[in-house]
Amino acid sequence: MSARQISDRTIERMVSVVLRGGVLLSAMVVLVGGIYYLVRHGEQPVDFYRFHVLPGPDRIAGQILYGAFHQRGRSIIQSGILLLIATPIARVAVSLAGFAMERDRKYVAITSIVLVVLLYSLVSGAIAG
Amino acid sequence: MTNAEFAPIVFAAALLGGFVGSLTGLGGGVIITPVLTLFLGVDMRYAIGTSLIAVIATSSGAAAAYVRDGFSNIRIGMFLEIATTLGALLGAFLGTHVPTRILAVIFGLVLLQAAWHAARPPAHPSTPLAPDPLAKSLQLNGSYAGPSGAETYEVHRVKQGFALMFGAGAISGLLGVGSGSLKVIAMDQAMQIPFKVSTATSNFMIGVTAAASASVYLSRGYVNPGIIMPVMLGVLAGSLIGARLLSRLAVPLLRKGFAVVVGLVAVQMIVSGIRGTI
Repeated sequence: MSARQISDRTIERMVSVVLRGGVLLSAMVVLVGGIYYLVRHGEQPVDFYRFHVLPGPDRIAGQILYGAFHQRGRSIIQSGILLLIATPIARVAVSLAGFAMERDRKYVAITSIVLVVLLYSLVSGAIAG
Repeated sequence: MTNAEFAPIVFAAALLGGFVGSLTGLGGGVIITPVLTLFLGVDMRYAIGTSLIAVIATSSGAAAAYVRDGFSNIRIGMFLEIATTLGALLGAFLGTHVPTRILAVIFGLVLLQAAWHAARPPAHPSTPLAPDPLAKSLQLNGSYAGPSGAETYEVHRVKQGFALMFGAGAISGLLGVGSGSLKVIAMDQAMQIPFKVSTATSNFMIGVTAAASASVYLSRGYVNPGIIMPVMLGVLAGSLIGARLLSRLAVPLLRKGFAVVVGLVAVQMIVSGIRGTI
């Protein structure tokens, strides 16, 4: 029992590091992209009043990364957002590794289900896009 | 309005929202959609995409601290996340098909509930329940550091809590909110988990729940980089400042005041939805 708790604390510490690091990293990427975007397009009028589906480099993972690579401000912002969405998913993956190290089969199974749902959502989103 | 004018206004609003949201425990995302739609005229669909992303940022930031302090129960969180993520997928699917004026009305109702919940934290039911064998086999019972040493607790009504969590996840995916207060109700009221553990574990679950629907909304073009940039940075900065000050400010009064503001905004959302002006 006590061995399990020590181990659970280790998982908790790893999870805490992943969450903090992921959020800070994504905020920095969003900030850089925001500066690019406002310097180049700051004088353009906003276009938020009516919904229209955004272009590929604003919403489809592969195209976002391609756009960011070519220093497109909006794509850099969106790659920061991809990092942010990946952060809780990484947290679940780290928990999975932790439960596997504890040899806790039940929780390896439970955590795997959550990870599969998250990855399904990620992949189906990419395909639907 | 130009992009360069919009960004600082929204940054300031998000900073304030994140600050008050983290001080009061209502979360930073709760006020973002009403501010964007009612005051700045942003399309409801962009507002939902934006608030969903903001929720991931604030909850992950706060969860890092809670988990480190040992109040979150990662087993309860992990197990219930099966329900919340599946619910969130369903909610995101429904959300992209439901007309925005109906979403506005549902949003208003959920906001009203959150305001009510914040104004008066529920009293713990005193009737003792028989222990749930499921809680034992899933190793959900735990302990946390109380004022006088470790306090142990038992988890009850696991199936009922699981079902409620599916609903909380669906609301989160439908409206782009964290639905933190619904999660707390499921754990605190139905499963009888101590309030502190319920709050911390709920926060821990919000990011994963939101991530399940966020990729759907991102790929459908709901997450507008021009809006999300100032909102995410503002709400994150605000909630970090709020978390620092949490122990030094008189929170109960602020909580009640903010609950009233959120309640008024909720009514405005419902009215806009019924009139079809959103």
